[in-house]
Amino acid sequence: MPGASWVYELAEVRKAFDGVVALDGVSLAIERGEHVAFIGPSGAGKTTLFRILNLTLAPTSGTLRFDGADVAALTPGELRRARRRIGSIYQQHNLVGRLRVVHNVLAGNLGRWSLATALASLVRPRELETAARALAQVGIPDKLYARTDELSGGQQQRVAIARVLVQDPDVVLADEPVSSVDPALAAALVALLRDLARATGKTLLVNLHSVDLALTGFPRVVGIRQGRILFDLAPDKVTPELLELLYAGSAPEAQDVAALRPGAVAFGKACRPLPGFTR
Amino acid sequence: MARPAGPFPASPARPRVAPLLLAALAGTFALALWTAEVDPRRLVDPRALSHAGRFVAGAWPPRLDPEFLRFLARPVAETVQISVMGTVIAVIIGFPLGLLATASLAWRGILHERTLGRWVGFVPYALARALLSLFRSIPEYVWALVFVRAVGLGPFAGVLALGVAYGGMLGKVYSEILEAVDPRPLEALHAAGARRWGVALYGLLPEALPHLVSYTLYRWECAIRASAIMGFVGAGGLGQQVELAMRMFQFDEVLTLLGVLLVLVGAVDLVSGRIRARLAT
Amino acid sequence: MSAIAAPAPRAGRRWWPVGLGVAALVAWSWHGTRVELGALLSGAALAQIAAYLGRLFPPDLSAVALRNAALGAWETFAISLVGSGLACLIALPLAVGASATVLYRGVLYERRRPGPLAGLLRRALGLASKTVLAVCRTVPEIVWALIFVFVVGLGPLPGVLALGVHTGGVLGKLFAEVLDDVDRAPIEALQATGAGRLAIVLYGFLPQALPQFVSYALYRWEVNIRAAAVMGFVGAGGLGQRLYVALNLFHEHELLTLIAAVYVMVTLVDALSAWLRARLV
Repeated sequence: MPGASWVYELAEVRKAFDGVVALDGVSLAIERGEHVAFIGPSGAGKTTLFRILNLTLAPTSGTLRFDGADVAALTPGELRRARRRIGSIYQQHNLVGRLRVVHNVLAGNLGRWSLATALASLVRPRELETAARALAQVGIPDKLYARTDELSGGQQQRVAIARVLVQDPDVVLADEPVSSVDPALAAALVALLRDLARATGKTLLVNLHSVDLALTGFPRVVGIRQGRILFDLAPDKVTPELLELLYAGSAPEAQDVAALRPGAVAFGKACRPLPGFTR
Repeated sequence: MARPAGPFPASPARPRVAPLLLAALAGTFALALWTAEVDPRRLVDPRALSHAGRFVAGAWPPRLDPEFLRFLARPVAETVQISVMGTVIAVIIGFPLGLLATASLAWRGILHERTLGRWVGFVPYALARALLSLFRSIPEYVWALVFVRAVGLGPFAGVLALGVAYGGMLGKVYSEILEAVDPRPLEALHAAGARRWGVALYGLLPEALPHLVSYTLYRWECAIRASAIMGFVGAGGLGQQVELAMRMFQFDEVLTLLGVLLVLVGAVDLVSGRIRARLAT
Repeated sequence: MSAIAAPAPRAGRRWWPVGLGVAALVAWSWHGTRVELGALLSGAALAQIAAYLGRLFPPDLSAVALRNAALGAWETFAISLVGSGLACLIALPLAVGASATVLYRGVLYERRRPGPLAGLLRRALGLASKTVLAVCRTVPEIVWALIFVFVVGLGPLPGVLALGVHTGGVLGKLFAEVLDDVDRAPIEALQATGAGRLAIVLYGFLPQALPQFVSYALYRWEVNIRAAAVMGFVGAGGLGQRLYVALNLFHEHELLTLIAAVYVMVTLVDALSAWLRARLV
């Protein structure tokens, strides 16, 4: 594929924190408009990769190219403008609880607005229509003036998605966006993300805890284990043996087991997979 | 009931405060007692008792004639005014310094991965902290002494003194409040490309504002008490009247003044408490 | 696209009356204290302050002045230390008296209320304790200092007494609140063992309350040292007295030395208090 349409190019990216290696030589290429799911056990390095991709963390070694440009060579101003083109959604929503929903949603504009506009908007919201439209797209138009910490977890995550819509980036990154939401709602939220991304041609990269959601929802699945990429395949090529290899040695979370076999009951965190769980 | 057989684990040796430390503390306290001329006999000395008697006899009943009460209106108003303006100036001094002295904004945390940013941000941070420490470690009355000689007698000196001393306290607490804010929403704003002021405006301040206002109101409660006293050094307010009355042995006036002070402080505490309660919700 | 009907902003708690009230208060205070904004903005006031500060430099570092400052600092330290100790002695019994939960209401009395006469007496005791505490803490330390100077004469003793009484009032109220807010569960458990009320207070209330007491007392020490430094101004010894002398004799360089001594001592006590609080609580 021609290099001009790579949105991300990672070459041997390594990240270490005080001697602990979180990413150990990751090489990856993402095309514009792709939808990719990242799966792997806790502590595998998915969140570190997320932070490197959304340009808030610098790799210890290796090259990271965003839209053709070497990120390490960017000036602070260019870095900020690059960040504006990447939207981030976090597991803990990372919204400002005390602000009203409308302000949290409009905060997506902060990369564009001047100080005066940002200040004025806190008093009387600017671009109200944009915020209202974004909230309608995520399904909670009536919550425009509610206080953010009064919403449920699922609703807050929708607000976070609305914020990204207002920011209107080229790339959307999500770090386990549905892990703190109940499973029925999770599928709906992931579908929403995919629909929004598809409608606007945005690149979508999602870290997922639930293997089921990844395999059913995405055309490309990357498995990460102990800081390295184990596989990078289409979902129909991901075999149960590969999955076992990916999660080997890590106690499956209750969610994993439930996702692989709906209705399965997990006895605490350290449960072993129930017999006959292969798909 | 028979004791269960078998050896018992020995009770752990109680941690003993080093006997040397204990001796040092005791010695310091004893020396302090001597320096402070603490001598209970002085309290029951006949002269002391007669003075105490004179005070109590002279103080009761308090002077309540309307002429005196009307005269008090001015010092009371002045005391309130000094406390309010002093707090206002304290916020004007303390808020910017407090912002500069917040490590998470200046040089630590998510906003400063590039090393150059760290060093550049550290200098104003260190300066701000030093200034705040200087302002708040010198009591407001000492500042009042200096300002009275610099800008003359009267309430202006009191306002400046309160402003500087309380500005130091406000700045320090403001920076502590700002640093205690949950960093995760800040990270999200930063990742969306917001500049530092954007992160501060949309992330830090909404979370911190109720606490900042609450502490400022608490400082106002302290300010009203301090303003009442600054008259002692010539900075206006009720304090000046108390000093005059004591010097002229008009104890009944002193009692009235104290009563007025009690009412004033109570009123300020009430108003401030109401607003702070609303903020807490 | 047709306007998406933005829902009317929910009527938030109306802050406008409060905001207007505050603005009016500030405006009135500004007028009353004649805060010469013009002077401030044009820097005339700042120039005056700078000029006066310039006269104070350099500090007098002769052996005589340094010795005077050191002695004064130690005296003030001693006054604050002994005064704080006295305050705790005063505060503890009064706090027990002022704590409704210990005396007549709450978890200790749910099963067996005190008899009508005893109940009345206990409530009266509670009221009396609270009144004494209120009087003690509303009369400012410096006024207590004036009164005690009148009763026992000049020197550090009236300072100690003044600090003890005033801080005793403050701490007493705080201690009583701690006692009232004690966790119920251990108390209930002790009741279930059939222990008497006094035993429960010793085994249930005190262990929970003591760390908080120590924390509050140490925190008040930071406030006390500032008050002690100033009380000397009315004759209660320490640095304050020496400040008064230096001021009246126009020994400006020595004044700066003394102010520096105040700063050093206050910073020391703040650090000591924080360290002790971290270690002990």
